[in-house]
Amino acid sequence: MFTGIFKDTSVRILITFMVVLCVLSSLVLPDWMQNNFMYGLSRGLAILGLMLLWRTNLVSFGHALYYGFGAYAVALCQKYFGITDILLRFAIAVIAAGLLGFCLGFILRKYREIFFAMLSLAFSMVLYGLLAKAEFLGSTDGMSISPSTLLGMELTRQYLFYLITFFVICAAISIQAYLRSTLGHLTTAIQDNEIRVEYLGYSVQKAIHIKYVMSACLAGGAGGLMAASLGQVDPDSMVNWNVSGELVFITIMSGWGNILAPFIGAIIFEFIRTYAFEWAPQAWAAIVGGTLLAIIFFFPGGIWSVIEKVFNYGKKKNVK
Amino acid sequence: MLNDTVLKASDLNKSFSGIVAAKDINVSINQGEIVGIIGANGAGKTVFVNMITGYLKPTSGKIEFLGEDITGIEPRNATHIGLCRSFQISQVFMTMSVKQNLMIAMSLSKKSGKALLDPIADEEISKECDKILELYKIMDQSNNIVSTLSQGIRKLLDIAMAVVGNPKVILLDEPTSGVSVEEKFGIMDIVIAALKQTETSVLFVEHDMEIVERYVDRVIAFYQGEIICDAPPKEALSDKKVIEYVLGH
Repeated sequence: MFTGIFKDTSVRILITFMVVLCVLSSLVLPDWMQNNFMYGLSRGLAILGLMLLWRTNLVSFGHALYYGFGAYAVALCQKYFGITDILLRFAIAVIAAGLLGFCLGFILRKYREIFFAMLSLAFSMVLYGLLAKAEFLGSTDGMSISPSTLLGMELTRQYLFYLITFFVICAAISIQAYLRSTLGHLTTAIQDNEIRVEYLGYSVQKAIHIKYVMSACLAGGAGGLMAASLGQVDPDSMVNWNVSGELVFITIMSGWGNILAPFIGAIIFEFIRTYAFEWAPQAWAAIVGGTLLAIIFFFPGGIWSVIEKVFNYGKKKNVK
Repeated sequence: MLNDTVLKASDLNKSFSGIVAAKDINVSINQGEIVGIIGANGAGKTVFVNMITGYLKPTSGKIEFLGEDITGIEPRNATHIGLCRSFQISQVFMTMSVKQNLMIAMSLSKKSGKALLDPIADEEISKECDKILELYKIMDQSNNIVSTLSQGIRKLLDIAMAVVGNPKVILLDEPTSGVSVEEKFGIMDIVIAALKQTETSVLFVEHDMEIVERYVDRVIAFYQGEIICDAPPKEALSDKKVIEYVLGH
């Protein structure tokens, strides 16, 4: 699966970008920016999951289900088992969301288009309702998360950021390995022609189910990392429908051309939100919405298409 | 040509809410045989093909493939056992190149389980795809995106994708429909020559009697869901019932 993965251009660009980000944030940039990078990278994992589904023409309006499930899995494991190790937290969030995705996938894999989107939203709102009512989970106030540790030692924000970057690199490389495999190529093949895929001897529902579980794992991991970096989980900021909407928003904004796109999109979104909130606290949502409209009208392929155009322009210039 | 029966349909019936689409169909196909299925629109040709390849479940009757009962088999399982099909409207991946289409088809026929997670860009598979592209004379289109190509090339690709796993039987649903008059014989020459090399039995639905006369060993004529004639082409095309109900003279 991973044969020759480090020769892949997308992987090389991804690793270079992450290393540059780590160096800049530890040497040059102010601390508050590091928080934005951390939130952006964590959320970027969920966007990467949505990007996988989008490649098959499936849009989930309820991915906060897995995002929140991963975050609450981290909170519950801390409450009942005292688990604070970041490696375990990430693994628990991924596995818990993956298991939930595996179960719900049996239902969702049969649906397409708006039915898929709304059914996933319905499932996420069921979880939201349960969490908001469950007093042992902190109800609407949620639960606090203590600082993460690694092998018994408490992590500073700096080291947490490095580890989040490491998790993101590992996850994105795995997804790139999947995308260049036969199964990965089926993602776009299914979007093109489901009948042909069936007659080539592979179950379309099975392919979608696999992809759905992967997407759930990524969203769960994102929720787990977000919980660890925010220090708090609650239904409104983790599972509510507006969180799902935000994830879809960033996916459209990012574009689906490359595994790096979701992370760039998520980081840009964090900055747009931060500045919009600072400059126009009453109208920040309008600024964010306006940005999306501008991207849809002028760059329908998302931010990644802009990056591609810039680089292609540069290449053409060099050729001349 | 060998006389081993590869495909046998016995007393096959299909009805949709009381409307009979196939009635008491009894057909057997031998290895390497090329059989043309003819009939007017709504005669039951495509229903028959769809029942054989698992797209429709027969109301009653039995389908045997290499002696095994495959009645009601799932389409993907039909492919696995060596019973493949092409479509009236080419079913290909329009946004991909010709080679990518074939690579996916070849990869799915050669690999299973964990191997499906290996990179698709496999040298061995790529070489085999090139052989098929040569055989179907579409090598020069290899890197072109399918949506930019003519119907004729798409038809050839559709058939090439169906045969990558060396099926025992292939069902071609109107292989020359939507193809220009100039292209149709060229396409059929390529397809039949390629399929004869592998002794694949061919069952093809066709409206064009010139094609039927030129390429098939046997003709099965359908009318209102029933077989009205099963004979060699010359005999079948001069049969009274065929002339009246199929050719419309």
